[in-house]
Amino acid sequence: MILLNLLAHIGRLFLGFLAASGRLAIFAGRSISQVFRPPYFPLITLQQMISIGYFSLPVVGLTTLFTGMALALQIFEGTARFNAEGAVAQVVAIGMARELAPVLGGLMVAGRVGAAMAAEIGTMRVTEQIDALTTLSTNPFKYLIAPRLIAGTLMVPFLVLVGDIIGIFGGFVISVNLLNFNAATYVKNTVDFLENIDIISGLVKAGAFGFVVTLMGCYHGFQSRGGAEGVGTATTNAVVTASILILTTNLILTRLFFSN
Amino acid sequence: MTDQPKISLRGVHKSFGPKHVLSGVDLDVGRGESVVIIGGSGTGKSVMLKCVLGLLTPDSGSIRIDGEETVRARSADRDRLLHKFGMLFQSAALFDSMRVWQNVAFGLIQGKGMARDQAKKIAFQKLAQVGLTPEVAELRPAELSGGMQKRVGLARAIATDPEIIFFDEPTTGLDPIMADVINDLIKSSVKDLGATALSITHDIASARKIADRIAMIHEGRIIWDGPVSDLDNSGNPFVDQFINGRADGPIEMQVLRP
Ligand SMILES: Nc1ncnc2c1ncn2[C@@H]1O[C@H](COP(=O)(O)OP(=O)(O)OP(=O)(O)O)[C@@H](O)[C@H]1O
Ligand SMILES: [Mg+2]
Repeated sequence: MILLNLLAHIGRLFLGFLAASGRLAIFAGRSISQVFRPPYFPLITLQQMISIGYFSLPVVGLTTLFTGMALALQIFEGTARFNAEGAVAQVVAIGMARELAPVLGGLMVAGRVGAAMAAEIGTMRVTEQIDALTTLSTNPFKYLIAPRLIAGTLMVPFLVLVGDIIGIFGGFVISVNLLNFNAATYVKNTVDFLENIDIISGLVKAGAFGFVVTLMGCYHGFQSRGGAEGVGTATTNAVVTASILILTTNLILTRLFFSN
Repeated sequence: MTDQPKISLRGVHKSFGPKHVLSGVDLDVGRGESVVIIGGSGTGKSVMLKCVLGLLTPDSGSIRIDGEETVRARSADRDRLLHKFGMLFQSAALFDSMRVWQNVAFGLIQGKGMARDQAKKIAFQKLAQVGLTPEVAELRPAELSGGMQKRVGLARAIATDPEIIFFDEPTTGLDPIMADVINDLIKSSVKDLGATALSITHDIASARKIADRIAMIHEGRIIWDGPVSDLDNSGNPFVDQFINGRADGPIEMQVLRP
């Protein structure tokens, strides 16, 4: 009997998961189809690009700066065990560009931008502003969601590129000032070692994360129900789902980029 | 009035979970006619308007606009139909990120592609019609009183001169004089612009003034429907109780009596 209940419970959870995935897929499909269909809203898109790209710079900059610094210290300590301290520049560069700047940048943007989007769109939903948009002959997918998706997908790579530079610079500062590396050699090692694919794979990941974060913010905001509490739940769900999706997408993309 | 009704509802059902809100609404609204829906709080009047607009999907039944079926219509067809509508929401539902005049001009700029300057001029004009000054037009909705928000919502609903206008409690929260100004505005929208109006109100005086016809909704159905002149001798005990505002009668309120 207990076993049966347990199975039923698992089954319900699984069905619920399938239904939620289906809803999300439909939502994403409708949103993406509006990205490519006129009319476009360049002004709103630009506003969103500024609010995502420009205003997230401090947070992403600080995150990558400290991560780059800590990474340099860790790698120095770790590689000293097999006398390979010279590899600090290379490992910091590859670690930041391929993994840490995109993932940490994506997670920070999820916290900052995804949450704000879910709260804003969720409030518009529960105060009937989204219904009002529809009655004023404006498709909310086109007017609210498409500009945000475009802005997120374009601006997170920009943020990550800046993060790459700041993170590598952080590693440089620590290595030169604390670990007694020669500045010119460190720079030369970094530049010689980094390949285009390292940077590009990171930026592609960033684009995917930007899409995921804005999609989750918009989706949970759009689905929110029932006043302040509903908006709060939507905000939490947006950040949690975006973070999990960032980490899983990251694994999949890493595997796709570097499978041989 | 032509034979074909502007809006026609047949057997419209809508439930939220186990709760049946609409259980077979039948209603026709003729072209250029002003119909007022009355009925107790929570009987599904707002839900009915939202079903017509496609903001909610009825569980079953048919809703036709100019003879065209809207329930489960393709979204392109629905978008085209929505151009005919203006809606005043019960909660006003103003865009709180925009100024008052931008709210009013929104349908003109986004929906009709009008130039901003021209839309702004019309917005000011519509705001003046609901008794709001140009100073108010520059404020944000959060800086307005409830009654002022309602009037902005009304100005926004009529800004595009739509063929069909829905007013969800247009005079609630207004003082008696402003309520009468709004009644006149609704009347002139119908008489002068030839719009079709479907309004919801609890204000019987307002209903008498703006309606050609009154329909009463109770327990998910239209239980009485007639010209406004018949309101006082409808012969329907539900209507009598409602318009006279008596606590005793066939309509039982779910309240705990001391
Ligand atoms: N989105 C929704 N989800 C669940 N229930 C809803 C929803 N919208 C409305 N209802 C329910 O439907 C019923 C009718 O609501 P509606 O807003 O249409 O009432 P109304 O007739 O407009 O009342 P009032 O005169 O107070 O505005 C209510 O009991 C409400 O609880
Ligand atoms: Mg209502």
